Amino acid sequence: MSIHPEEEREINDGHFRAKTDNVKNILQILKTMNFRDQANVVLSPSGIKVTVENAKCAQANAFIESDLFQEYEIEEEMVIFKLNLTSWIECLNIFGGGTAGAATPSLKMVYRGHGYPLVLELEEDGVVTDCEIKTEEPEDTLDFDFFSTEVMNKIIMRSECLKEVFTDLDVTSEMVEILMSPDAPYFRVSTFGNYGTSQTEISMESEMVEHFECKQTLKQRYRLSLLKPSIKPLTAALKVSVRMDARGFLCLQFMIRTESHHICFIEYFCCPEEEDSDD
Amino acid sequence: MVRRGVLPASLCGCCRETRDASHYFSERMEESRREDLSRRSPALCWGGEACATRGGEGTGLKQIVIGSLARLAKLCVLRITRTHLYFIINEPGTVHRAPGLWAELDQGHYFSTVTMSGVSEEHNEIFLEFEPDKLSGTLSVFKSNNAAVRNLKIKLAKKLSPCLTLEMQMPSFSEHARTVVHDVPVLPLPRRQWHLYQEPEMPHFTASIYLPPLKKLRHVVERMKNLSSSLTLAANRKGTLVLSVTSDAANVSTYFRNLTMPTWDLEGAASQMDEEQLHSATVEIKKLISFLAGEQIGPCKVICNIVDDRMVHLFLLHDDVILQYFLPATRSS
Repeated sequence: MSIHPEEEREINDGHFRAKTDNVKNILQILKTMNFRDQANVVLSPSGIKVTVENAKCAQANAFIESDLFQEYEIEEEMVIFKLNLTSWIECLNIFGGGTAGAATPSLKMVYRGHGYPLVLELEEDGVVTDCEIKTEEPEDTLDFDFFSTEVMNKIIMRSECLKEVFTDLDVTSEMVEILMSPDAPYFRVSTFGNYGTSQTEISMESEMVEHFECKQTLKQRYRLSLLKPSIKPLTAALKVSVRMDARGFLCLQFMIRTESHHICFIEYFCCPEEEDSDD
Repeated sequence: MVRRGVLPASLCGCCRETRDASHYFSERMEESRREDLSRRSPALCWGGEACATRGGEGTGLKQIVIGSLARLAKLCVLRITRTHLYFIINEPGTVHRAPGLWAELDQGHYFSTVTMSGVSEEHNEIFLEFEPDKLSGTLSVFKSNNAAVRNLKIKLAKKLSPCLTLEMQMPSFSEHARTVVHDVPVLPLPRRQWHLYQEPEMPHFTASIYLPPLKKLRHVVERMKNLSSSLTLAANRKGTLVLSVTSDAANVSTYFRNLTMPTWDLEGAASQMDEEQLHSATVEIKKLISFLAGEQIGPCKVICNIVDDRMVHLFLLHDDVILQYFLPATRSS
């Protein structure tokens, strides 16, 4: 550790460099994804993509677009590495996201290339924190191949109602069943717990539903433990889109508005549970 | 037999008020037992009374000091002189290198009346060992309803065993005042152990700096605690303080610049040293957090002295409380 002169240090020669006035924007997004310690990070001209996987059956992706930053430069088309997400979040949170009324902490990120750490510089009220987060070879991530299937049911709704449904899920039920159909009940979430079956239905005519497009009846079961990590981004979101394809894969897409009123997306994929019986 | 030095008020307070005969009888039994005790141990007495208006916030302050003690160690020594109270946490010679704490309070500031007589004329002091979390539980009453406690009396008493008796008068719904009595067991220490609890010397530090507002410092240190168990504190003579941690996943350093420095009139030689050079010591984060968490006293200056690779010395002065905290460097530094 060396001491740096009072004047601003030059961070140059990097493959990637980004700067934002308010670290809370990116911190808020990453915090919702922290159900695992490790994450893959992809840096590209359009923005930053962070991927966290769960037991090879579920995956969360956060898209932080480049226009969220005041400055964003990248020399390569795409840079990928793996890092410790928990440590990254602790560093971003070092000043606690600023006190009410005071200036928010600013953030600078630099990545010089393969093998180099991700370097952060945060500043609030004259206090500066430097962080170096070690990077590793990226892990292979699943490709859910969602867009190639033709049949897809899709519902876009306001997040509040799904939030209620998910947070109230019976924890004694190992499985959660989701049904999406062009006919009644349209959208139904069911659990099968120790004390009974619970079902919640949301009709396509509900005020909460903004877009309803279901071509055929699809019903699938998912492990509750795999769906649980989606509750955090759901809580932070304004709207959520629920999609299911013919194979039964579930894709939840969360639209989140950051403190500086930028829109960011987080998507959450989940594999269905293999069923013996035919539903 | 004349029992020198033991206040008559060491009899249980409620007994004197209710004049309950059977209770008085059992007290008499106790008294005769105590006579045996008093022959064996020195006749010590100490009593202080604080009234709410004067001692009110002061007692709150004392509560905070005791709260810090409770967080730091299981045992603490209270040294009582005619004018001052000293709280000492000191575990010399242990393998685990526990931090040392030395807190000094001016008794006159907190108590309107004080009576005291120590071991002898020559050594007019009392050393008591006690468990701070027992005392902090009692004093937490002040934290919650500061204005409500009208009167506090603390005295050294011999009940079943020596104890500090705290009598607090609280308001109640009826006309009669409610008196709450808490007894905290203490162990008087013999004179041959007193040398273990003497005032520590000011260490020969290489850097000395006023800490930035503790709230901010605390937040940064709490985040760093999640990354590593040791933290390095470094300072130079230009008013820069650096906190840093290292883990497998990340290295983090926080720089506080343009801090003020206390002027000490020692070491003329020190001015020859390079102003920019950082002097550092690595300490256990948990112990640093215990210190930072305790200080909600309000704006006060805390001086941080660093002895290269050996120790961090924190020195807090507020009103009539002086707190010194010695954090030894961890072996890995």
